[in-house]
Amino acid sequence: MINTISALQQHLNERLGAKIQRSKIAFDELTIEVKATYFLDVAAQLRDNPLVPFDQLIDLCGVDYLGYGDVEWETKTESFSRGVSENSSARFDFDRTSGSVDYDGKRFAVVVHLLSIPNNLRLRLITFCEDNDFPNVDTLVNVWSSANWYEREAFDLYGILFNDHPDLRRILTDYGFVGHPFRKDFPLIGHVEMRYDEDKQRVVYEPVTIEPRVLTPRIIRDDQRFSAADEVSE
Amino acid sequence: MPEIRNFTLNFGPAHPAAHGVLRLILEMDGEVIQRADPHIGLLHRGTEKLAESKIYSQSIGYMDRLDYVSMMCNEHGYILAIEKMLGIQAPIRAQYIRTMFDEVTRILNHLLWIGAHALDVGAMTMFLYAFREREDLMDVYEAVSGARLHASYYRVGGVYRDLPDEMPKYEQNRWNNAADVKRLNGDREGSLLDFLESFTQRFPNYVDEYETLLTDNRIWKQRLVDIGVVSPERAKQLGFTGAMLRGSGVEWDLRKKQPYAAYDRVKFDIPIGTNGDSYDRYLVRIEEMRQSNQIIKQCIDWLRKNPGDVSLDDHKVTMPKRDSVKGDMESLIHHFKLVTEGFCLPEGEAYAAIEHPKGEFGCYIVSDGANKPFRLKIRAPGFAHVSAMDEMTKGHMLADVVTIIGTQDIVFGEVDR
Repeated sequence: MINTISALQQHLNERLGAKIQRSKIAFDELTIEVKATYFLDVAAQLRDNPLVPFDQLIDLCGVDYLGYGDVEWETKTESFSRGVSENSSARFDFDRTSGSVDYDGKRFAVVVHLLSIPNNLRLRLITFCEDNDFPNVDTLVNVWSSANWYEREAFDLYGILFNDHPDLRRILTDYGFVGHPFRKDFPLIGHVEMRYDEDKQRVVYEPVTIEPRVLTPRIIRDDQRFSAADEVSE
Repeated sequence: MPEIRNFTLNFGPAHPAAHGVLRLILEMDGEVIQRADPHIGLLHRGTEKLAESKIYSQSIGYMDRLDYVSMMCNEHGYILAIEKMLGIQAPIRAQYIRTMFDEVTRILNHLLWIGAHALDVGAMTMFLYAFREREDLMDVYEAVSGARLHASYYRVGGVYRDLPDEMPKYEQNRWNNAADVKRLNGDREGSLLDFLESFTQRFPNYVDEYETLLTDNRIWKQRLVDIGVVSPERAKQLGFTGAMLRGSGVEWDLRKKQPYAAYDRVKFDIPIGTNGDSYDRYLVRIEEMRQSNQIIKQCIDWLRKNPGDVSLDDHKVTMPKRDSVKGDMESLIHHFKLVTEGFCLPEGEAYAAIEHPKGEFGCYIVSDGANKPFRLKIRAPGFAHVSAMDEMTKGHMLADVVTIIGTQDIVFGEVDR
């Protein structure tokens, strides 16, 4: 009976072999990453695995890695930095932000959380979409029915397309919404605001009039206390 | 005569039985549902996107507003994910307090569920009974956190404060005379634990009352038995968790299987159903209330005997005490840094889940090492349940849709996030 994540990691490495691009254990959780082409295949194998059947898809979500590790405020360990230089003004500017122009890695990931009820084990399955401009990956609806709405959500919020999905409509945003709001290059304040126009006797959409603002700048501090917690086993 | 086949019916979004803002497009053949297409998102506030622009501690309050009838449980899921990544654990007393309030919250949630569900199906009295008990538990919330609904009581590394030694009392006014006030304050002379203990002694009788009204009620059974049957295989496929999964006969409860807080130190049973219909899910939830009551009792006993810290002493993460901020330089600096900058999580990703009253509530945090989450995904149990609406209602009558919405125990705060 496989009931520890290290045993599971070993088992999956043997079973799926080269299809696993990366597998690691961090925070007592096992994450495996596969290429988008193997995504559906690996998912089906995980469900039908006789030793560790992953019978539930607990969650599926998109992640946009644009601007990962970017900060609004540089921190230095040797001296205090208090937002005096241009680079560390702590003012957020959507034209300048997040290195969006020169980001060359794969932006969109699909993250699946699986649960095996008989073995009481969890597994995180990640795949990155190959194309940043046309992110797409195979649908898992035929493997787990619950993927249906989760994929609609990921499509709505991130614009990730799921090939062969039976019903890929928007789900959370308004009817007629333009854009994918959880993308990192979509501003928090949005692009349009809505009001009722007395003269036209209907609701009108106009460009937003408020300014984006940041109350607490985003910073990254190295904290040596966590070096032990962040142990990674390949 | 022309043959009229399917027609489309719009249900909601502002329908009293829609439990908030559910819009259902029903394709009907006469009075039989052929297809149900739920439109959700009318309460979408973008909590996850908002959290990306706020430091970790500022989002605790948003968690209350997800499932606004089980506030502290939402906080618990979020806090656990952060604590997991920080590699810290709250002191044992805080763990017991969390366990106790999780169960108080479970009763709160189930009371609202039974009230609303029964009201939808046609039993008015249940709603009034359930709200009578909710009032006492709301007072417990208020006594400990100052808020009746949106508590934000759980904090990273513990809870906001220890349990109070006294309960707020009623005062005489033009509606309550001296005799009324004396009666109302009868349970409130002691500490919060005393008040909660007297509640746990009363509560099993209340549950008996509910059962007298419903369990063998002919109308209740006619409306619930064999409605919305889900087989265990389908329940797993559809991502059901919590009472929806247990009602189908799958023995799965995170409090037992993957214990967190103090659940491995208390005794309780998990009820499971056999038929997977709405009536079984009703029985499961009723029994869960009784079990929650048992857990609260055990926590009260333990908390009485074991005073101690309720928050970690690590002021890189938890707030220093108010009076020390005024007299101690280092505490002042810690306070300032925590408020203006917050703490940074190590780089990586983690998922933590709890047994929420409605099912598995989980938080998936991706951190790039910053003081704000890079991505926060909230796994709301209701989302998976609503997505099964089509399958559960197919072939049933229009009136059964209301039963199925009720049995799914949907709250749109968490479905739409």
